[in-house]
Amino acid sequence: MSFLSYLINGISLGSVYAIIALGYTMVYGIARMLNFAHGDIIMVGGYAAFFAMVNGGLPPILSVLIAMAVCTVLGLVIERIAYKPLRMAPSLAVLITAIGVSYFLQNLALLLFGANTKTFQSVVTLPALSLAGGKLQISATTIVTVAACIVIVAALSLFINKTRIGQAMLAVSEDRGAAQLMGINVNSTIATTFAIGSALAAVAGVLLCSAYPSLNPYTGSMPGIKAFTAAVFGGIGSIPGAMVGGLLLGVIEILGRAYVSSQLSDAIVFAVLIVILLVKPTGIFGHKIQEKV
Amino acid sequence: MKRMQKTTRSNFITYGIVIVGAVLLQSLDSAGKLSSLFSGLLVPLCTYMILAVSLNLVVGILGELSLGHAGFMCVGAFASAFFSKVTQGTMPDGLRFFLALLIGAAVAGLFGILIGIPVLRLRGDYLAIVTLAFGEIIKNVVNVFFIGRDVNGFHVSMKDAISLNMDAASGEIIVNGPQGINGMPRDSTFLVGAVLLLVVLIIVLNLTNSRSGRAIMSIRDDRIAAESIGINITKYKLMAFAISAAMAGAAGVLYSHNLATLAATSKNFGYNMSITILVFVVLGGIGSIRGSMIAAFVLTLLPELLRSISDYRMLIYAVILIAVMIFNWSRGGRTIKELTSVKLRGIARKKPRGKEAR
Repeated sequence: MSFLSYLINGISLGSVYAIIALGYTMVYGIARMLNFAHGDIIMVGGYAAFFAMVNGGLPPILSVLIAMAVCTVLGLVIERIAYKPLRMAPSLAVLITAIGVSYFLQNLALLLFGANTKTFQSVVTLPALSLAGGKLQISATTIVTVAACIVIVAALSLFINKTRIGQAMLAVSEDRGAAQLMGINVNSTIATTFAIGSALAAVAGVLLCSAYPSLNPYTGSMPGIKAFTAAVFGGIGSIPGAMVGGLLLGVIEILGRAYVSSQLSDAIVFAVLIVILLVKPTGIFGHKIQEKV
Repeated sequence: MKRMQKTTRSNFITYGIVIVGAVLLQSLDSAGKLSSLFSGLLVPLCTYMILAVSLNLVVGILGELSLGHAGFMCVGAFASAFFSKVTQGTMPDGLRFFLALLIGAAVAGLFGILIGIPVLRLRGDYLAIVTLAFGEIIKNVVNVFFIGRDVNGFHVSMKDAISLNMDAASGEIIVNGPQGINGMPRDSTFLVGAVLLLVVLIIVLNLTNSRSGRAIMSIRDDRIAAESIGINITKYKLMAFAISAAMAGAAGVLYSHNLATLAATSKNFGYNMSITILVFVVLGGIGSIRGSMIAAFVLTLLPELLRSISDYRMLIYAVILIAVMIFNWSRGGRTIKELTSVKLRGIARKKPRGKEAR
């Protein structure tokens, strides 16, 4: 039974990674940049929900919505101030800027909220599900997390494939110049992508903090990097890839922590990333990009 | 007298700055004119300057972003610390520290090659994230090692100190997992650091002006064009990466022999340290060796001397990173830059390099 409960924990953590990875993968697919600050937007989402619930006394659902709104605005502001002026800059410059933004958010949170870890109450207050005569307990947070992940992936796939904005995103990720010539507003499409990605990060932040109830300014950075691993695992730019990659990575991490070494669980996750990038850099669902001379 | 070439003159200016600075600080320190805070900072200053120069070799000259530089520093620090601890008392201090420096640099360089072979096949964002991953792995793995020594020789464990099964009377734990290495000989002095910095500068500056250095820079400027004229991309990338790693390792030796206890935490060998070094490089000017040296000096000293802003140090670093990038690469920033350079020098500088294939 312990293996099953580890597996379920892994799927739960993996669902959070998957939601974060969706944000990464969309932004990378469309803006061709690695948004290092994505993990820290998760942290901001966590704090927003925390303050809405504890200081504002608002119900959990409303707090999640507030966190999403805060993160959407934050994502748009970051994109406008830091990334938009660098559209034509080399990728090294954009990457360094993104690292700068990530650092900025972490240290701003450190100054504003302090280094003390805050205890986050789960947004899900339902009782745990008990299976096999009480031998296997599945917490309601786990169920909600997995359900949220499935709903988000389904909704996002529909959005991308069925709506005009979604089609515009696909077009921009395929060929930015050609999309512009076809009359697509590239800047607003990229901004929309950032908004959606950041809103997802807020959801991920709330779910992450519900499962692991400690919130501090560095909460988001490790999950952020791991979710990027998941996005690469699944093939960057691919939505089902982000989900599969996230789930696999969550399971690998939890099983590694349980059966190999708790101190080495991060190292195992990073080793997975390295192996994937070396063996199949395009990931499970990725396309190979031809380089033009 | 023959006129010196411009690069040679520039290099000698750099060496001169280091020598004059070192002599000045050393004599001030000997005369007791420096506060204890400042004189305690002298060795870390050298460490950071070496790290900044070595990272600039990868970021500025090779044109790839490495986010795992602290990992190489960690390797150098632990390899040399282990050596020094084991050989303590068997040879003169000076010789031991010299050997420790060589060992630290060699082991870190070896890691640079080992990690570089797979990693350098990647480019751009992927390369950056994989170097970050390697840095974190190194830090994590170092923390689970337990090494002890008794009359029967060395014992290694990856679980805890008890499972080393050492002889109770003669057993001595050398590497104690997360607690690291205790009772380090504190061999690092400012003079050694300054000499090491000078050696590092001579290596890097001569490399950049050599045939190999030009090959490395050609890879940065246009990889495909460089490959098409027969430059062995892998070889030169690996060369730059390994040299940079070895120098970071040497910085690690300097760092570790300045402490009584060496332990790998996320603060000293983690991602934060890699970013701090990157800030030095970016602010000093990517590709400018002298610049990164000076930036490392100023940015290490300022927050320590102005204690009141030390809370804001990291925040200011972040703003610097973003602002420098936007100023250098956005359209508006470039216009301002060109206008000021016209005003200052009376001529328009040539357009900045760094176009890159999308």
